Amino acid sequence: MTGAEMSDKTMTDTVLSVENLEVTFRAGLEEVRAVRGVSFTVARGESYGIVGESGSGKSTVLRAICGLAPTSGGRIVLDGAPIRTPRDAAFYRRVQMVFQDPYASLHPRHTIDSVLSEPLAIQGFDRREERIEQALEDVGLGKGFRFRYPHQLSGGQRQRVAVARALILEPEIILLDEPTSALDASIQAEVLNLLDRLRAERGLTYILVSHDLAVVSHMCERLLVMQHGQAVEELTREALRARQAQTDYTKTLLKASEGYSAEVTA
Amino acid sequence: MSLLSVENLRVTYPTRQGPAEVVRGVSFTLGRERLGIVGESGSGKSQTGRAILGLTPKPGVATADRLEFDGIDLRQADARQWRSLRGRRMSMVMQDPKFSLNPVMPVGKQLMETLRTHGTPRSEAKKRALEMLEAVQIRDPERVFRAYPHELSGGMGQRAMIAMMLVSAPDLLIADEPTSALDVTIQIEVLRILDKLVAERGMGLIFISHDLRLVSSFCDRVLVMYAGQVVEELRAADLHNARHPYTQGLLNCLPKIDGDQRPLPTLNRDEAWTK
Repeated sequence: MTGAEMSDKTMTDTVLSVENLEVTFRAGLEEVRAVRGVSFTVARGESYGIVGESGSGKSTVLRAICGLAPTSGGRIVLDGAPIRTPRDAAFYRRVQMVFQDPYASLHPRHTIDSVLSEPLAIQGFDRREERIEQALEDVGLGKGFRFRYPHQLSGGQRQRVAVARALILEPEIILLDEPTSALDASIQAEVLNLLDRLRAERGLTYILVSHDLAVVSHMCERLLVMQHGQAVEELTREALRARQAQTDYTKTLLKASEGYSAEVTA
Repeated sequence: MSLLSVENLRVTYPTRQGPAEVVRGVSFTLGRERLGIVGESGSGKSQTGRAILGLTPKPGVATADRLEFDGIDLRQADARQWRSLRGRRMSMVMQDPKFSLNPVMPVGKQLMETLRTHGTPRSEAKKRALEMLEAVQIRDPERVFRAYPHELSGGMGQRAMIAMMLVSAPDLLIADEPTSALDVTIQIEVLRILDKLVAERGMGLIFISHDLRLVSSFCDRVLVMYAGQVVEELRAADLHNARHPYTQGLLNCLPKIDGDQRPLPTLNRDEAWTK
């Protein structure tokens, strides 16, 4: 964080804040503290990135926000009000998630049409036909895809469907869990462009989890670096680009993302 | 003398619309070096790797004018010969640990399986398995040794798999997207292990990846594949001087930490590339 203007901004227009979040998984006697006291705030219209290794708890933070992981401590505040567990339909009306693996996140025996109509039915939306066609149009697929099954679609097309499914409820916040890591580079570029355009058009707020610093740098204004369930460092995009990382871990990440070098980095 | 030579490799699958050729005449030779094969999904890079190990899934058929590993004609190899080669002399790291580890066998047992099959005593096999798990940067090798694949994260599973393939110290390793599921820092560690094996033991490595940037920094030579064909072969260091529009397109569409190009350039495919 740099200076007063940033903290000012987050003070005045915070849409979501996570305060001392703790997530613990128990299996028999073994206890895994996946998230240990993570705090951050996200301003309205901002794109906020979370970077870290696998097992750092970055995805778990997202899952905890949308109620898919049990919080054992701390709280999550949406527009000034703590979120209740279990989440109600009104919450999902405002917050939607796009999952990492487009091959696993779409029901293999549901057509795109039924994937998209389910949230509409749950939330009691009208003009469903129209909305489905519009959502497909918005993500660049078109009506022709409406009655196809996921196996008839490529990975990039499936991820577009997942984005359409999240967008169809016109949410304010979209949680993106590694939205492009399962996709080819050229398709990744298309999906990132799509997400970028939709955010600009609709003033969406993104929380994007990724292991790829380049993707986060491209998409997010601020980012949080996580390791072993803890927040290591919060950086702005400018600081990242200027390589002004404070902690060794972030420096290691930056170095590693530049590619392979034979000498030892540690 | 090259370790592996491949000439005019073709892999064909019968479909209702007639035979579909997914690898169309790939030729290369591999010494004791790091060769990268890059391309997008569907370019035939994984099929090329599988065909070399004789693992083309039925009803697919792989043919070649020449397919020779260390003087052995692999086209004529029978089941017994394949068994003596796979695992011990040539092995393959698969892309997805979720589908390539045995879900009902603990990881440690799977690691020992290769060694036991090729005649290493149990205690020795266990020791080497644990050492290998440690070598791939697994923090708690004893736990992972006892764990079933579903109890591991994707990154851990992938490292376990890499350990499994390296534990027998093969001459040729085909690594199919071995690090795509891993984080950058671990990716580098794993690559260092592979690098060391190439340098110290003279292992030949075929590194299949979609990540051009990574391949260019790690490999000696790169084959760029598109629609089943090698469209360009170049030294990894010369990648930024790539001639083929496909290679250039792939390089350009990657977001960069410092770049602020909005929207990102996308790849426009040309029919002529598949000729």
